Amino acid sequence: MATIIRNQAIVEDDWTAIEATEAIPESGKVIIRQVRWLAGKEALKSRGKLGVRLEPSLDVAQLADDLHYLSLIVIPLSFIQPKPEGGLTYDGRGYSQARLLRERYAFKGDIRAVGGVFRDAMYYMHRCGFNEFEVREGQDLEDALGAFKDSTAAVYQAAADGQQPIFRRRRA
Amino acid sequence: MYKYDTYDRDLVNERVAQFRDQTQRFLAGTIAPDEYRALRLRNGLYVQRFAPMLRVSIPYGLLSTGQMRMLAHIARVHDKDYGHFSTRQNIQYNWPKLEEVPDILEKLATVEMHAIQTSGNAVRNITTDHLAGVAADELVDPRPYCEITRQWASFHPEFNYLPRKFKIAFTATDQERAALLTHDIGARIVRNAAGELGYTVYVGGGLGRTPILGQKIRDFLPETDLLSYFEAILRVYNRLGRRDNIHKARVKILVKEHGVAKFTELVEAEWEQIRNSYLKLLPEDIERVQKHFTPHAYDAAAATDTSHERHLAEEKTFATWHKRNTREHRQPGYRIVWVSLKARGIAPGDCTADQMDALAELADQYSLGEIRTTHDQNLILAEVRNRDLHAVWTKLAELGLATPNIGTITDMICCPGLDFCSLANAGSIGVSQEIWDRFESLDYQYDLGEIQVKMSGCMNGCGHHSVGHIGILGVDKTGEEWYQVTLGGNASNNAKLGDRIGPSFARDKVVDAIQKIIEVYLEQRRDEAETFLQAYHRVGIEPFKERVYAEQAEAA
Repeated sequence: MATIIRNQAIVEDDWTAIEATEAIPESGKVIIRQVRWLAGKEALKSRGKLGVRLEPSLDVAQLADDLHYLSLIVIPLSFIQPKPEGGLTYDGRGYSQARLLRERYAFKGDIRAVGGVFRDAMYYMHRCGFNEFEVREGQDLEDALGAFKDSTAAVYQAAADGQQPIFRRRRA
Repeated sequence: MYKYDTYDRDLVNERVAQFRDQTQRFLAGTIAPDEYRALRLRNGLYVQRFAPMLRVSIPYGLLSTGQMRMLAHIARVHDKDYGHFSTRQNIQYNWPKLEEVPDILEKLATVEMHAIQTSGNAVRNITTDHLAGVAADELVDPRPYCEITRQWASFHPEFNYLPRKFKIAFTATDQERAALLTHDIGARIVRNAAGELGYTVYVGGGLGRTPILGQKIRDFLPETDLLSYFEAILRVYNRLGRRDNIHKARVKILVKEHGVAKFTELVEAEWEQIRNSYLKLLPEDIERVQKHFTPHAYDAAAATDTSHERHLAEEKTFATWHKRNTREHRQPGYRIVWVSLKARGIAPGDCTADQMDALAELADQYSLGEIRTTHDQNLILAEVRNRDLHAVWTKLAELGLATPNIGTITDMICCPGLDFCSLANAGSIGVSQEIWDRFESLDYQYDLGEIQVKMSGCMNGCGHHSVGHIGILGVDKTGEEWYQVTLGGNASNNAKLGDRIGPSFARDKVVDAIQKIIEVYLEQRRDEAETFLQAYHRVGIEPFKERVYAEQAEAA
């Protein structure tokens, strides 16, 4: 079983990803693709222990009414290589998805970051509402936990982590 | 000017410590190169043709003399004795050592400066009118709004990885000096019919490969809704902006592909959801920042001191400089002084460490301890008494910073080009020097009046060529440097993108072409009062085209 970071601790990953063509087992914690959830959610709602992996293009408003059926939402934050040339950039759409899920739709389950997850980006992910991190291959998980201790200063913005923004703290 | 409190200071110091740790881990090989790249770009550090380039933020172009002295120190100790003031009102160092960058950032933090978000796909330095606070036609000082926006944008957790860089500018005057419509967001501070302050909001301007001017998406946004509206725009962009092709990733393409009406609808719908959230400012939030920008205590006696008039009458070079390089200040008895960074033999925007130190000295003595940077790569001493002008001019002339060319053909905007930049297709500094050689006769220049020549070494358009009265763009033609020329661009009021004159020119022909364009202007203009831009819009591109391509037409 792979290890991940959940709520700032290293734990065994107890979820199983189910591929598009695979049958969904009747028991156990499983992660299915967004398309499968959206197409078959009526039949899946009663199952429980469901995680859904989003596409970066999804407007999470489409999930809003059924979020209480989901325990985990997996959001990819990947390095991408746009055309025509040049280096890697980072697909940051998932940051908006996570904030909206937490702040607008009050999702209480776990939100997992996968893809380009590395120590120095994790604090911002945490601020946007991610609480699980499947870090990139080759990363030291103990080291990655440092992400939550690297930043202790106050913040200029409110986000999903509940910190009071500086401009409001200044209002004596 | 804005002074950090402990919140601001803690954040910047923390970032310095983080970057030091990240750089050490990178040098030790425990952090992947693609990860480090994403991190160094958050801190203004590019890897250039010869060395890393560090871009230091100068928020809305305002520097204290203490900050200027630190910039001089860094140039001296960590670079080759100079820095380059950029079109984003920032400063760039072209030769720092990677392992010294954490030390540089630590030193900058001691004078309340940083390099945060000066590169990468995030919100960049907020810019405004370089005459903010001293312009006679200003509704309110725009800098507090820039500072409020700077804080909201700094370390924004959601918008760290936008599809592409994002530039915001504010203006609050009738005469536009902030190139508002070339920004991703341009906010014009206005009063509505009820007398309330707010903003007219433009989105989707940008230069580069596909130059487009910003379009209005809101006539009037109430003053306290600034952050929620910007957050709505950024969220729509972050979610829907294109990420498949870097040349189509700016918000201007999103606006273009959706149409401005649809884009506006998306922003307004998002805004409805968050306009009454924590993002709503209170008047006291704005007032708190405004207190950092209260008007200086001016010398009331300055208005009646006319001692400089004797020098103006007796010294022609001083009078010429006064006419070209100074402008009216709203305070009687004061004048705004331009420090020309466009001298012969110098890359536009370059400034030596000694010049920086001397300017800090001058500003302490004669300009209330502040210096400004402009988006056309000059500096400004904004608060000089008339009686001190002659002394300031004398010192600037000694420093080689009194070339009387502000607004003229040799006051060119120019990117570093192929000489430094790894993106460039062609050299720009060499061409700018040749233009100097051709047009340097001051009398000749004065006949030409106001004319903005802007040059970029590649499509990214750092030299703003698309909005130059004459724009020059370096292109690569099977490994050779060629130059495309546009005419009639303008980033100010009635902003307009330049028209392409025709096929591009080889390196040895481009300055000839510029000369022919100038000759046509001199023949066509009604009188000396008609500027190049006015004449161009009256007669159109044809006469220029005919002259410039005459030889080829004959050969054909």
